Amino acid sequence: MIEVVDISKSFDGKQILKDVSARFETGKTNLIIGQSGSGKTVLMKSVVGLLRPESGQILFDGRDTLKMNSRQIKELRKEIGMLFQGSALFDSETVLGNVLFPLMMFSDMSREEMTDRAMFCIERVNLKGAENKYPSEISGGMQKRVAIARAIALNPKYLFCDEPNSGLDPKTSIVIDELLSDITHEYNITTVINTHDMNSVLGIGDNIVFLNKGRREWVGDKNKIFTTSNEALNEFVFATRLFQEVKDYIVATAEPVK
Amino acid sequence: MILNKWLANTGKYCLFIGRTFSIPDRWGVFARRCVTEVSKLGVDSIPLVIIISIFIGAVCAIQMQLNTSSPLMPSYTVGLATRDIVLLEFSNSILCLILAGKVGSNIASEIGTMRVTEQIDALEIMGVNSCNFLVLPKITAFVFFMPILVIFCMGTALFGGLLVAVFTDLIPVSRYCYGLQAMFQEWYVWYGLIKSFFFAFIIASVASYFGYYVKGGALEVGKASTDSVVTSSILILLFDVILTKLLLQ
Repeated sequence: MIEVVDISKSFDGKQILKDVSARFETGKTNLIIGQSGSGKTVLMKSVVGLLRPESGQILFDGRDTLKMNSRQIKELRKEIGMLFQGSALFDSETVLGNVLFPLMMFSDMSREEMTDRAMFCIERVNLKGAENKYPSEISGGMQKRVAIARAIALNPKYLFCDEPNSGLDPKTSIVIDELLSDITHEYNITTVINTHDMNSVLGIGDNIVFLNKGRREWVGDKNKIFTTSNEALNEFVFATRLFQEVKDYIVATAEPVK
Repeated sequence: MILNKWLANTGKYCLFIGRTFSIPDRWGVFARRCVTEVSKLGVDSIPLVIIISIFIGAVCAIQMQLNTSSPLMPSYTVGLATRDIVLLEFSNSILCLILAGKVGSNIASEIGTMRVTEQIDALEIMGVNSCNFLVLPKITAFVFFMPILVIFCMGTALFGGLLVAVFTDLIPVSRYCYGLQAMFQEWYVWYGLIKSFFFAFIIASVASYFGYYVKGGALEVGKASTDSVVTSSILILLFDVILTKLLLQ
């Protein structure tokens, strides 16, 4: 479990995060949602350590990362997998090379064991047959799946995903969402997903943290979101007519989303 | 203001170099990356070095002939002066200024693109020291391969001068060859090689620094690439003066 306690972060005097607290639970897909500029990416980058907040605590199963020395942070990072918005695959490596990379850097496996593990991860994300292709030769959705395979190669305890569906068509987005949800439950990972894709929110939102103007406004799950009275959240989630109609239907029939 | 910026950049560069020169996580991976970088930065530069050296060597020989055609000057002066120009300045300083453009922009744009596409963030998240992983193999490979390029440059430039002697009637081949050997000082070769170590370090480290700290997109990567070439060129010229003063006087 990851706990964020009262963290604040500002850039050039402008406060982006204001005393944000949140709890990201193990074995659940934890979503951070909010409008563009609400501080989602800053929150995620602060949690993974790419940015250092000015105050507060970030606890990975009770371990405060802001009090760790560089060696302890390095050890912790071996327990973290991350999926970046643009996939961040290494251009000069094949799909197999990308998935092998963390294993080569941090595992004590033999070359054969590493290849077996990498192939298992590639098959797990349904990319068997693409292992010898370069990132530039595969589609955006496939690149995301390679990035997921790379992120889970070392059996991470924590998985972070920054806008995993950005730039993908709705069908591929659902594939990625389902893959992330399945992996989270299968390996009991603490998954934190930064998104503003409402399909993801309603589909895999086991635990949702809503940020508005740098503050945490609401916490709940995909079922509670339909009955919330939070004005900003309603405006954000049900901004489109389609989702408003879905909400009306759900509320009218009192059936939670499955 | 400018002084503050310069001091800040110098401090940032020193911290960057400090992070770069740490023990690699995996020596095997480091060795493989060094070999790749030797091929990419060094071996791939050989054709350019050969072409430039032959032409500059030839031009030096022609100009020396034109400027020393006096009955008071011995005819072997062309070979001697061409050799000393090549050994003392062209094969190291001028060659490194040229390579600052080719290799420096290559390094800055490669690392800069990795920065803007979040590949460096991905390395950091995995717990990899990205400075050490990306930059140390480039510096190591280039610093150790540069003397080979310099020796190539020396040989081909003097060969360029020889071609002038062979294919024109400006200077007899025997006098040119005699001039190459006359009053030869071995230290000039060492002087060129020593300077090239420093210049290779400047090119690789400055270009990596500019690439590593790129913020923005493609436009900024291009700007970082240009800035790295300009800065390394200035530093090469500055260190050329300092090293010449230290090594030749």
